[in-house]
Amino acid sequence: MFRNQYDSDITIWSPQGRIHQVEYAMEAVKQGSACVGLRSKTHVVILALKRSPGELASYQKKLMRIDDHMGIAIAGLMSDARVLSTYMRSEAMKSKLMFDRPLPVYRIVAAIGDKAQVNTQRYGRRPYGVGLLVAGYDDAGPHLFECAPSGNFFDYYAVSIGARSQSAKTYLEKHFESFADASVDDLITHGLRALRDTLQQDKELDIKNCSIGIVGKGVKYHSVDGEAVQKYLDLLGDGNTTTTADDGNAPADNGGAAPMDTDQ
Amino acid sequence: MFAYEQQQQSSCPVKAPVEHRFSPYTDNGGTTLAIAGDDFCVIAGDTRQSEGYSINTRYAPKVYQLSNGAVLATGGMYADGVTLVKMIEQRLEWYRHAHAKEMSCGALAQMLSTILYHKRMFPYYVWNTLGGLDEEGKGAVYSYDPVGNYEKHKWNCSGSAGHLVQPFLDNQIGFSHQREKPTLTMERVVQVTKDAFTSATERDIYTGDYLEMFLVTKEGIQKTLTDLKKD
Amino acid sequence: MDPTTRTQQPIVTGTSVLGIKYKDGVMLAADTLASYGSLARFRDVERLIKVGGTTIIGASGDISDFQYITHLLEKILIKESNTEDGHQLYARHIHEYLGRLMYGRRSKHNPLWNSIIVGGIKDGEGGKFLGFVDLQGTTYESSTIATGYGSYIAQPLLRKAVEGREDSLTEEEAIKVLDDCMRVLFYRDARSSNKIQRATVNASGVTITDPYDLETEWGFAESIRGYGATD
Repeated sequence: MFRNQYDSDITIWSPQGRIHQVEYAMEAVKQGSACVGLRSKTHVVILALKRSPGELASYQKKLMRIDDHMGIAIAGLMSDARVLSTYMRSEAMKSKLMFDRPLPVYRIVAAIGDKAQVNTQRYGRRPYGVGLLVAGYDDAGPHLFECAPSGNFFDYYAVSIGARSQSAKTYLEKHFESFADASVDDLITHGLRALRDTLQQDKELDIKNCSIGIVGKGVKYHSVDGEAVQKYLDLLGDGNTTTTADDGNAPADNGGAAPMDTDQ
Repeated sequence: MFAYEQQQQSSCPVKAPVEHRFSPYTDNGGTTLAIAGDDFCVIAGDTRQSEGYSINTRYAPKVYQLSNGAVLATGGMYADGVTLVKMIEQRLEWYRHAHAKEMSCGALAQMLSTILYHKRMFPYYVWNTLGGLDEEGKGAVYSYDPVGNYEKHKWNCSGSAGHLVQPFLDNQIGFSHQREKPTLTMERVVQVTKDAFTSATERDIYTGDYLEMFLVTKEGIQKTLTDLKKD
Repeated sequence: MDPTTRTQQPIVTGTSVLGIKYKDGVMLAADTLASYGSLARFRDVERLIKVGGTTIIGASGDISDFQYITHLLEKILIKESNTEDGHQLYARHIHEYLGRLMYGRRSKHNPLWNSIIVGGIKDGEGGKFLGFVDLQGTTYESSTIATGYGSYIAQPLLRKAVEGREDSLTEEEAIKVLDDCMRVLFYRDARSSNKIQRATVNASGVTITDPYDLETEWGFAESIRGYGATD
């Protein structure tokens, strides 16, 4: 992992024009288990694969409610995610307090981008080790954003982050054109299929390792967990097996505690 | 020339410039009421907002359905009431984020007292009445003074006609000085509430325009609006 | 070190502002006089301003405080439009913001000495909005609003003309009602002028008239005795 002498400080460029510390932070996101998000013209759905350190432990929560119109999915350092979600929650409340208006989704995403950017430029700072999917619905319609430790953020029709998320992206790229007019159940089904593709060969989606977050026109943000997930797993209806083989490139996300694998 | 100066003497003396000393407080009037039943609660308030002898508006609701299912009636200074409710809603939201459930009515009752007392030296000029269902589903009513002193009871009326209506409630809801003490139905409580407000409107200039009532049961909360006299 | 100073009284002041809802939107009126105590100091000060594309506000009270508020709103609206995310602040949001601003300043015992009427399109869904904010943070909405002397003299006339006719009163009728009320105010309010402006928000946007003079009739003054004229 030691690329060269230019990777030990956030404020130092490499001669190739890269800031290695930022890229390492981006790697932390890939250590976390996968999150998938997709949107139609009226709704946004986010899904996450939860992990547990062992049979004696519970599963780490991956979805957080920000406000009635907004929720996030998290991949990477959970502790960093909590700092960001607290910030988002208080900004959402400020907007209600000062203007009696739900916080516009784009603005909080841009604000997080600005916060993340500072950490990529100032000496003595560390970039956030977390990637976010932000799902929200406001006067401008449904939104799905990805936020990265680099300070970059992107608006998506469908996206995934976290371990082996490339497999989910492959699925989403194949199907996203049908999402615009899809029903919420269809979005969830597509989301679960995409999420399933990030699993290792011997794993399956079940009610313990899946979380679903839904928000949209006339629907407050809410998450679906535990028993309630079964209904959607049943919608998959095809034996719940993976549709693509392990691509082998993604980092192994189990066995041995990886140093950054902290969302467990 | 001198005669001219004499003519300047006015028979109506010109007042010296009015001294404006800023007061952060005002009283916007209004009456609120809450009555607890065995398995329901009725919280009500008129919607008139006044300042001095003027009516600002005929519809400025001062009874708020809070996001945890309780209902808070505020009387006194309207701006303080609005601010207080916004503060409470923020605290309820943080509670949801932390515990993934709604705050109980009893917990909210204690929290409201704490919030009010924290502004002991610059109080919210608001008389609160909180109504809802407790953890067992029984009706609960709490009333407060502006600095957080509070008490739980079965019925309460506060605000500009509070002193007119409270003895009426003691008699009609508490059955004081009566032999029979029948069980109260919601229909009866709603009727007593309407009578209380129509009568208060006759005697109190700060009460009137509309009566807004919240009927809380375990099935949910129903809001009604009834006309009161607008004079 | 100098002690901190706070506003204890307004200095250069504007008098009443009137606002009504009518068929197509809302309309505000105010005169252009800025008084220094009883001195008619500035005769061409505009007290009605446009805030964004769907809101108008009008202020009575301290002119410098109002110009400061104008500056704050401009700052916020520039930031708002720079985000280019398709959202905008409607009248309801401006009203809420001004309410928080005024309440925040009164809570620091350092008020912005104004009464403000906010009118315009309510929110993204459309609809009319007419609201009020004052130096204590008191807020309300109504289909007719008047500040200062207007609340005693013009408000009863406005209510008679508008209440129950918010959706049928034509633009011509609205103009006449406001002009008539401004004329009555000019006759009775010693700090007013007959040079006025009107601001309108409707489907075609915001329009603020140039200042124009109201026609007045003073012939009756000839027969009045005891206010300076001698027999």
